[in-house]
Amino acid sequence: MSMSREEIYDKVSEILVEALGVDDDEISEGATLMGDLGAESIDFLDIVFQLEKSFGIKIPREELFPAENLQNNPDLVSDGKLTEVGVAQLKSSMPHVDFTEFEKDPDLNKIPDLFQVKSIINYIEGKVNS
Amino acid sequence: MRWIWIDKFVEFESGKRAVSIKNVSMAEEHLHDHFPGYPVMPAPLLIEAMAQTSGILVGEARDFKEKVILAKVNKAIFYMEARPGDQLRLEATVENLAAEAATISGRITRGDELLAEIGLMFSHIDQNMGGMEFPEENFVFDNDQFMDLLRGYKVDSAKE
Repeated sequence: MSMSREEIYDKVSEILVEALGVDDDEISEGATLMGDLGAESIDFLDIVFQLEKSFGIKIPREELFPAENLQNNPDLVSDGKLTEVGVAQLKSSMPHVDFTEFEKDPDLNKIPDLFQVKSIINYIEGKVNS
Repeated sequence: MRWIWIDKFVEFESGKRAVSIKNVSMAEEHLHDHFPGYPVMPAPLLIEAMAQTSGILVGEARDFKEKVILAKVNKAIFYMEARPGDQLRLEATVENLAAEAATISGRITRGDELLAEIGLMFSHIDQNMGGMEFPEENFVFDNDQFMDLLRGYKVDSAKE
């Protein structure tokens, strides 16, 4: 099944409106899930469930939002920031995410900002059109 | 003692759906104050009844091995009031059941009237909280009264 980016955007937007209780005009490709749309950790699972159902795909848990396991590894994190190796690892595990801004200052506290609406759309695009 | 807010199960399909009954009674003291002269079952208690119905459904699906907690109310729409003397039918259907969590969709009816639509999400906390310890006694499934609801249903349905 092949889908256009607009079709994917519309469905993802519908899911986010439902899961996060936001208005659809708050949603844009660049909106961050936690910062702009107020998502909490349990919402991420909810969103994964809805995406799986809506697009008829299986999403391995660590694939879409894999950043959680990094923090305790001293090779990857030093002084509250990701090391070069850490950034490289995160990038390779999240090819659907835009790292341009994050790379300038890879502060751990900024990881939540990596999850934007477009990350989800990129991920789904890769899944349904592969 | 733990607070039981549903009276019995009338249908139970493991991992799929469950239907319970809640009889609303003027003997429930909170109805005397909510509201004086106009008793109405508080809407959050409709959610509680659905949470108990579906919590047992979700717990049973994994043999009560997971600690199941209500994590999110995805949806709660109330169309009509529940009043003393009403018999409520709470129907919970599993939408998703995964290692870490489950979601259900629920309908509360009285006869053929739809009172509320409620969607809930449960977390299996041992799979989610990175090994944090939670006290056993806080969990519903260690409680005999809750398990009796399910046993009662099995006894009743075996007779039929």
